[in-house]
Amino acid sequence: MSLYGTDLLALLPELIIVVTACLVLALDPITPASRRDLLAWLSVGALALCLGLTGWQISVLNVRVSAFSDLVVIDAYARFWKILLYGVTGVIILLSLPYLKAERIHLGEYYGFILLALSGMMVMVSGADLLTIYLGTELMSISLYVLTGFNRSKPRSLEASAKYFVLGAFSSGILLYGISLLYGMAGSTKLASIAVAIGTRGADDPLLLIATILVAVGFGFKLAAVPFHMWTPDVYQGAPTSVTAFMAVAAKAASFAAFIRVFVEGLGGLKADWSLLFLLISVVTLVLGNIVAIVQTNIKRMLAYSSIAHAGYLLIGVVTFSGAAVAYYLVAYLLMTLLCFAVLVVVGNSGGSDQIEDFAGLAKRSPFLAFAMLIGMISLAGVPFTAGFLGKFFIFDAAIRQHQTMLVVIGVITVGCGFYYYLKVVRAMYWLTPPADSQPVPLSALSRLTMTLLIAAIFVLGVYPQPILNALDQPAARATISMFR
Amino acid sequence: MHSGGFPWLSLLLALPLAGAVAMYFVTESTARWIALVATLADLLVALPLWWLFDPQASQMQFTEHVAWITAPPIYYSLGLDGISLPLVLMTAAIMPLCVLASWSAITTRVQGFMAMLLVMETAMVGVFVALDFVLFYVFWEAMLIPMYLLIGVWGGSNRLYAAIKFFLYTLAGSVLLLVAILVLYFYGGHTFDILALSQGTYPASLQMWLFLAFFAAFAVKVPMFPFHTWLPDAHVEAPTAGSVILASILLKMGTYGFLRFSLPMLPDASRAFTPMMVALSIIAIIYGAYMALAQVDLKKLIAYSSVSHMGFVTLGLFVLNQQGIEGAVLQMVNHGITTGALFLCVGMIYERTHSRLIADNVGLAAPMPQYAVLLVIFALSSLGLPGTNSFVGEFLVLVGTFLWSKVATAFASLGIILAAAYLLWMIQRVVFGVPAPHHLPKLRDLNKRELATLVPLALFVFWIGLYPNPLVSRMHQSVTHTIASMSRAKVPPTAHPSAGGTAPLLVDSGEQLKTQGTSR
Repeated sequence: MSLYGTDLLALLPELIIVVTACLVLALDPITPASRRDLLAWLSVGALALCLGLTGWQISVLNVRVSAFSDLVVIDAYARFWKILLYGVTGVIILLSLPYLKAERIHLGEYYGFILLALSGMMVMVSGADLLTIYLGTELMSISLYVLTGFNRSKPRSLEASAKYFVLGAFSSGILLYGISLLYGMAGSTKLASIAVAIGTRGADDPLLLIATILVAVGFGFKLAAVPFHMWTPDVYQGAPTSVTAFMAVAAKAASFAAFIRVFVEGLGGLKADWSLLFLLISVVTLVLGNIVAIVQTNIKRMLAYSSIAHAGYLLIGVVTFSGAAVAYYLVAYLLMTLLCFAVLVVVGNSGGSDQIEDFAGLAKRSPFLAFAMLIGMISLAGVPFTAGFLGKFFIFDAAIRQHQTMLVVIGVITVGCGFYYYLKVVRAMYWLTPPADSQPVPLSALSRLTMTLLIAAIFVLGVYPQPILNALDQPAARATISMFR
Repeated sequence: MHSGGFPWLSLLLALPLAGAVAMYFVTESTARWIALVATLADLLVALPLWWLFDPQASQMQFTEHVAWITAPPIYYSLGLDGISLPLVLMTAAIMPLCVLASWSAITTRVQGFMAMLLVMETAMVGVFVALDFVLFYVFWEAMLIPMYLLIGVWGGSNRLYAAIKFFLYTLAGSVLLLVAILVLYFYGGHTFDILALSQGTYPASLQMWLFLAFFAAFAVKVPMFPFHTWLPDAHVEAPTAGSVILASILLKMGTYGFLRFSLPMLPDASRAFTPMMVALSIIAIIYGAYMALAQVDLKKLIAYSSVSHMGFVTLGLFVLNQQGIEGAVLQMVNHGITTGALFLCVGMIYERTHSRLIADNVGLAAPMPQYAVLLVIFALSSLGLPGTNSFVGEFLVLVGTFLWSKVATAFASLGIILAAAYLLWMIQRVVFGVPAPHHLPKLRDLNKRELATLVPLALFVFWIGLYPNPLVSRMHQSVTHTIASMSRAKVPPTAHPSAGGTAPLLVDSGEQLKTQGTSR
């Protein structure tokens, strides 16, 4: 097996994560309940190790490395997303620790499944073959089905898990069907071979179009784009909050990363066709996501619709072929969504529910938490000097360059809707009077530090985005991120 | 980097922001002092600009130019000309007065209130000095949240409604502004530089759309009829300092926007829309005045008088001649001083009687003689009595309008007569009226802090009224330049070096992608 030596080396981060996940699952039964924290720290340690490894890979081999006869590719694009995913997963594990204890579901499997989902995401972002990407997607999704139903004593959590599973399995089937059609047409599931086959057969082949539509539908479910968004609100609301955060942030980023790679590297020849399809999808996603979010009273549901709406903005970036804008937007989205969920998790720890009205007077009870939520909300809304503003700005800028003025007009009008529902939360926190028996929400030093760092990152990205723009514009990163240009 | 030596304008932006950050660490009583020191320091930085400013030059002065984001090219680019100089100085002068006016009126969350005031100051000065369109937009949008909080947290009983209304109106306008900015960037040679964009020529149909998008943003801010309905609500519910900021500075952003962007960038559309703009201005003048006549609430009365007075400013701008525009700029400053002062007066009486109704504040001349004198001065200034500031501005606007149309002038003059009616009637009741016997007010006159707030404004009223020349001479070159740029020789924007190649069309990039795909 020495043949695979270098290949295994390239996949070392994935292997570490999978081994750690198995280790956590194996150690769980023999770990006393009082020492389960160690499992969380073990997971964080593995993430730190991978972060170091991937960082080292960047500095040593800043090129595209293919492994396992082109099934997997490690390029700057994949490394960019992996590093983000490590960071996000680490933050979520740290936030989960007190939350799981408060919810009395502190079981070792949790960390095992988080890591398994992460390994799936890592495979997704570096897959160069449709089947590899499919395997990654399934590994991620199945772990998430389990995590969604993790709170076994709550019917809502189980219901969400069942719904997520049925719809997810359905969408996987559609995706697989699309992949099989592409295989039939190209004789291979490798993205590069499919691109070649499209080149020789021409873009008008009806079989190709049907396959593209099926693949788009399959990914549409994962991205929660309208009209494939139906599962999102129920699952976001029912899942344990830390899992919702993981889904909203990490799963979304990985799905987008894989989606862009498939449609650019594999189906790039059909750009004229799929860009029209995604144009329509992005418009309905923007309008529906933003308008339905207005009437939500549960903050997790509202964030579910907001995540749908943000998928719409990201799709604008995709249809206008601006990889750098999409990447910047996703980073901004990760930061601000993570911040909002961090506050939700901490409030949930002390028994608070997630109705918007239960945030009444949070500013009086816990000024720091309210401030963190305020920053998260105004950044999601897109107020200047936050990351969210520049994210939207770059997306709209890209759209204007492609003469999509109407798309931008729809985009900015929905931004207006967004302001309304994000400020509803701000209103509750700062203006409504807190219930008489309310207590300050306890906040650990670690959570406070995490939130402070997230707030700082949101402002740094919003005021001085040049470093990250440079990182996205490096020759190596440009390979895929800005390959549409 | 800086082409003008010392970074005056950056300092002007940084000082209030530093004060706002400091609010995080201090107690309530020190918060007031820090806010006062920060705003006064800002005024001290702004004052030398008055003398350092070269009135003979029409180009931007004190410019700063630093790259902010490289792709798309956005610069941290600042500068002052004769149009923005008076507005920046006015902002710097009004803000310490706002802090003083809130000294005892604001008792809850003082640090937060002062921080919001200071953030507002940075954003407002930023709007007036920004020379990059994105930077301008960023400051423009950055004002929304603090103002929303100022009204919504520290406002009156119906504050939430007013805050949301203010927010949605202004937001709806400004998002379209963003689209217009991006479109201009695309057609104007891939730059956000306001001066470069003002040199470009754009197709007439595009100009029409852009004008309407600008109009949506600026007309709401002014506010022009029929987009004025948020203003009375916002004024009535806002705390005194909020009302003053709103009336004195925020409303000027709209007219400043017309003058800085609509006129030079879209000259053909501006000319085409002149009849509509003049008509809307005259409707605002007369309608605002009639509404003011009917008000029983002092703040609402002044709010509607603002609609009327701002009508004069838009009228002056859109008759598109030297007198009209100079009068409009002058009137922007005048309205800032006079209406700001009137709102301060109402705030002071509200602190004493806890009512803004005219009926509850009758006959103040006897218990509060100093107050009565100042109120009469500001009311007379507002109605445009010769010798006060507004007379000069309104006179210039009417002269400009006369050159454009005599009929329009006749209608606009009605506004002055109506202003005399509603203001003198208000004075008659509030100052000289006879209170009901059980209602005899036992009120103390103005204290030193309140005098310090009002007297400087009264001095400005007479200074501009009697000797406006220093102010007019400083804006003269810039106004001439603006008018000249409206009839400039047309330069196609494609001449710009960066215009080619940066944004390949769909087809190009598709082919590029195909070759990439096959080579792999």
